[in-house]
Amino acid sequence: MLYSVEPMHIPDGFLSVPVAAVLWIVSIIVVGYALMRVNKDLDERKVPLMGVLAAAIFAGQMLNFTVIGGTSGHLMGAAIATILLGPWAAVLVMTTVVSVQALIFQDGGLLVLGANIFNMAIVGVAVSYMVYTTFQKLSGGKKWGVFAGGFAAAWFSIEVAALGVGLQLALSGTSPANIAIPTMAGIHALIGIGEGLITVGTLAVIYAARPDLLRAGAEPSPGGVLLWVAGLAIAAALAIISPLASAHPDGLEWIAEQQGFLTTAKEPIYNIIPDYVFPGVTNEALATILAGITGTLIVFAVALIVAYTRRSRQTA
Amino acid sequence: MHVHYQDPYRPGRSLIHALDARVKLLVTIAFILTVALIPPGFWPVYILLLSLIISVEILSEIGVVYVLRRSILVLPFMLAALPIIFTLQGAPLFTLSLGGWTLTATQTGMERFISIVLKSWTSVQAAIVLTSTTPFPDLLLAMRSVKIPRMLVTIFGMMWRYLFVLGDETLRMMRARASRSGQSDTPSLKAGGSIIWRAHVTGGMAGSLFIRAFERSDRIYMAMVARGYDGDVRTLAQPKTSLLNWLVLVFSLLLFTALLALAYLL
Repeated sequence: MLYSVEPMHIPDGFLSVPVAAVLWIVSIIVVGYALMRVNKDLDERKVPLMGVLAAAIFAGQMLNFTVIGGTSGHLMGAAIATILLGPWAAVLVMTTVVSVQALIFQDGGLLVLGANIFNMAIVGVAVSYMVYTTFQKLSGGKKWGVFAGGFAAAWFSIEVAALGVGLQLALSGTSPANIAIPTMAGIHALIGIGEGLITVGTLAVIYAARPDLLRAGAEPSPGGVLLWVAGLAIAAALAIISPLASAHPDGLEWIAEQQGFLTTAKEPIYNIIPDYVFPGVTNEALATILAGITGTLIVFAVALIVAYTRRSRQTA
Repeated sequence: MHVHYQDPYRPGRSLIHALDARVKLLVTIAFILTVALIPPGFWPVYILLLSLIISVEILSEIGVVYVLRRSILVLPFMLAALPIIFTLQGAPLFTLSLGGWTLTATQTGMERFISIVLKSWTSVQAAIVLTSTTPFPDLLLAMRSVKIPRMLVTIFGMMWRYLFVLGDETLRMMRARASRSGQSDTPSLKAGGSIIWRAHVTGGMAGSLFIRAFERSDRIYMAMVARGYDGDVRTLAQPKTSLLNWLVLVFSLLLFTALLALAYLL
């Protein structure tokens, strides 16, 4: 197995520009707020810690185990980052993981990076935080709260993030809602179990060897209430919207109608190209040939320029 | 070695390698934005954009085949867009029957699907060219110059530095697990306990990876303090941008605008 592509990293081209833009704005605001929070801590030790932990999460995603047959479970890490570092530093760590994956390894696109950050670093962490702190409160800081909370945080963070991906694909008109959402939800309900089990195993080792590390995430963090509410709101909203959207006979059209912006965004384009559905064959052939010739000319021109600069560099 | 844990930068002396990282970053993002903004089914512009990126690949001397091989990374995600062929309204193209189901592919759906695939494939090639021709430290500097917060860029850099160290650490653990675990060719003899047990073992490995990461970051912090770290990360001044870089930037942005105008006004 060379690549372990998770269905969670959206590549470029799969989200419409409005959806990508809105999620960029949300992500920039939340990551900016997280930076401010972490900066306020004035704990300079945290900078190398966040970097190295991001690297550990990325490397830890290699650790996999066979679930059944060819499928394997492995770690994605939003829950474990939240438990170990507290929510705001976890947002930064997951943002780093997702950004470096996209920038360097093309795991997820650049234009849709805002959406990927939103799904994995913001939704993933907010939901993990909400679930984990709830379990901590319920258990009164007992041992079972750590493990049950860890499992639930991992499972819910994956599942809710997956619902988000499905909904974004549907909103972009890339995948029909009544297929994308149930598929994403179904696959990730299973992946989430793998994530949950590994998270529990991870927590067990840390609990035995370095229990002090688990204290950071358990401490009430400033602005945590806000994030708790956000996590609950995201989870609840997606849990309500997703079945509605996918149960509707034509989920995509329905969402588009509800949101309005898809139709307004797309209609003018179709009007400008009235024969967009059935382009005249001769017209298209001609256009293709023209494009081909233009493309070739561009390549040729660029190659000439390079040859010229190379020569002048050598003579210089 | 896992392909993810190799630095994708390919050294070279091409014109693309020599370009300023800031220019490359901006042009790549502008290119991907242009690709995203072209309406579906607008084939001439798609072909132009594809030929543009392939010509840059030729120029960069990293090898078209190399880029194409890496770009298959996006293929699995195309499954997500596949149903759109059958669910969009339009003139029927062909019908598939799977047991009790009949699926009718429509021309609109097919057009949308191919557009998504082409867009995705073109965009990922641009990103591959960027990272194959730009060393990551240069990219970090470029990120600083487009005003990405200093702290975030510092964390990116830290992660990059230790990614390969921890990647190797993980590989060693996996090798250790593999050498401890017996496996039989007889299919009836199942290797290694229940799923829960396997998950527990893997979780244990992840746990020790995290503990080692924590301890390593402590040592790194000490080393940084010993070298005068006071919580502020200082970076070198940005190099001046040469005229050629400005020309490339302006020319590319004009070209993208022209292509967009072509798509929307033609």
